[in-house]
Amino acid sequence: MAAKVVSFTLNGRETEVMVKPLTTLQVILREQLGHTATKTGCRQGGCGSCTVLLNGEPVLSCLLPAEDVAGQQVTTLEGLTPIDGLHPVQSAFFDHYAVQCGYCSPGMILTTKALLDRNSTPSREEVVEAISGNVCRCTGYTAIIEAVEAAAQALKGGQNGR
Amino acid sequence: MGANVLEKAAEKKYRVVGQSVPRRDGMGHVTGATKFVGDVHYPGMLHLKMVRSPVPHAKINSIDFSEAEKVPGFVRVLTHRDVPKNIYTILCLIGVGPDDEPVLAVDRVRYQGEPMAAILAETEEAAIEAVAKVKLDLEELPAVFDVEEALKPGAPIVADTGVNYFIYEGHHCRRVRYGDVEQGFAQADFIVEETYNTKPIEHAPTETTGCVAKPEADGRVTVHTNTQALYFSLDNTALILQVPFQKLHFVGGTVGGGFGGKVDVITEPITTLAAMKTGRPVKFIYSRAEEMQVSSPRSAWRLKYKDGVTKDGRIVARQITSYADAGAYNRHTPYAVTKHAANVAGPYTIPNVHIDAHCVFTNHTPGSAFRGFGVTMASFAIELQMDKIAATVGLDPWEIRFINAYRNGDVRPHRKVAEDVTFIETMQAAAKLAGHDLPEHLLAMNSWDRNGGQHG
Repeated sequence: MAAKVVSFTLNGRETEVMVKPLTTLQVILREQLGHTATKTGCRQGGCGSCTVLLNGEPVLSCLLPAEDVAGQQVTTLEGLTPIDGLHPVQSAFFDHYAVQCGYCSPGMILTTKALLDRNSTPSREEVVEAISGNVCRCTGYTAIIEAVEAAAQALKGGQNGR
Repeated sequence: MGANVLEKAAEKKYRVVGQSVPRRDGMGHVTGATKFVGDVHYPGMLHLKMVRSPVPHAKINSIDFSEAEKVPGFVRVLTHRDVPKNIYTILCLIGVGPDDEPVLAVDRVRYQGEPMAAILAETEEAAIEAVAKVKLDLEELPAVFDVEEALKPGAPIVADTGVNYFIYEGHHCRRVRYGDVEQGFAQADFIVEETYNTKPIEHAPTETTGCVAKPEADGRVTVHTNTQALYFSLDNTALILQVPFQKLHFVGGTVGGGFGGKVDVITEPITTLAAMKTGRPVKFIYSRAEEMQVSSPRSAWRLKYKDGVTKDGRIVARQITSYADAGAYNRHTPYAVTKHAANVAGPYTIPNVHIDAHCVFTNHTPGSAFRGFGVTMASFAIELQMDKIAATVGLDPWEIRFINAYRNGDVRPHRKVAEDVTFIETMQAAAKLAGHDLPEHLLAMNSWDRNGGQHG
């Protein structure tokens, strides 16, 4: 089977890539486009470290054939980061020590962004539910949950992210 | 001296101690700019995948690579013949021996998943396909998976030394002898015996183990690795490859979760060798399945306690026989058992102690470091045993711990004098946090008062 051109919007920019059949979005992002903020913890949909946003919703890029994103909006952590400074979710993770080894952080932050976009005042249970697909093996979940709550407060206070 | 010393220290304001300091690596982590080893890509980079043993114990008759070589993108294979010093043990750096583990298996495999040959290919997919096409002619051997079974006469022999235990200065175990346990048991009102077992635990770091080795124009090799022990890995790699240390440049410090699971120097020697043999950058990163199956887990342990206790709750003798399941090779377990022997009697002062701590070889995946290894499972057994003693004697479990707790100046079974001990203060603080009201006589105790020498 031949490779084909797939066009999609990556972090707000029109992007065209040659995609071999069955290549995952994770591989395209990391190996062809150099967007390595998207991680590769298990490559079988178990850890959430490869989470990206597809039209604003969190998806596992390790299970998603790249062909399926044609014509759609993909956001990686590189796209969330403003030119100067940090997105309020990133600031909250930094300020609340919600990063340890850093490997789950990109997925956690994007999952949080998607949660707060659809629910600006999540309960603690809703936060826990939202990040349940993102594994932190340093087990720093308390700090992460507190960071998500702080990000919700910050965003409500008018510091809107992009 | 006493608890007030600690309170005074806590009142003092420091610039760093007691203050929150921003994480130096935090900015990279929240922006995704941090480069982990898997993020390192070079043009022309080859991918390495291992041919692994499908069985726990077998004689290797032959390995046939002819079909693997036909896979498009196949570059070459490495076997034990390519490795300059194939048999090694990582703790040779601190004098542990003999060397026991092959980088690549020679004529026998001793655990399921043991590396037998390395395949190099232009893409990861080609490497995986070529590995699948390697034909193994193996003659399966009886295997042993239980530490006590492994020490019985007639058990399948795992180690090349001819015995399934690590030899400590001529002895079959690490021994500690302090006082006279038989005399202690004779004085005791109760004998409390129990066996405790723990199982292997995998660290399962979110980032799997791996490295990228790149040959440089000046003849050196740069190795990007997520090892937890950078120079330890460099030194072992240089020894295995028989090259001067300065020929290797190790780059690391960014580890996506380790917890002890990334100190074993498993991927660096073969990947560096592959880069030297091909003149190309080489990447070798474990799949999640490899991480779960072949990266060293916390070892399984078995601990047998026999304690002599008086009616008033004083432990007067403690005899421990313990076994670490090292799996097929040394790795860090000989060291773990020594550390274990120094701690397995617990943070209690006992006048008569007898410890036989064994490092046993079986056909399990080799175990290794994991957060306090050797001591963590001892603490599990010790504290269950303390509760059992409390129930047997009919005393409160807190009381049993306070009256036997070691104090500053006490001599430990391995002859170290206890210093900077705050065990009693820690238990008092823990009780307070847990909302448990301790009786006055326990609150009055401290780690500096040895009851006029009556204690222990």
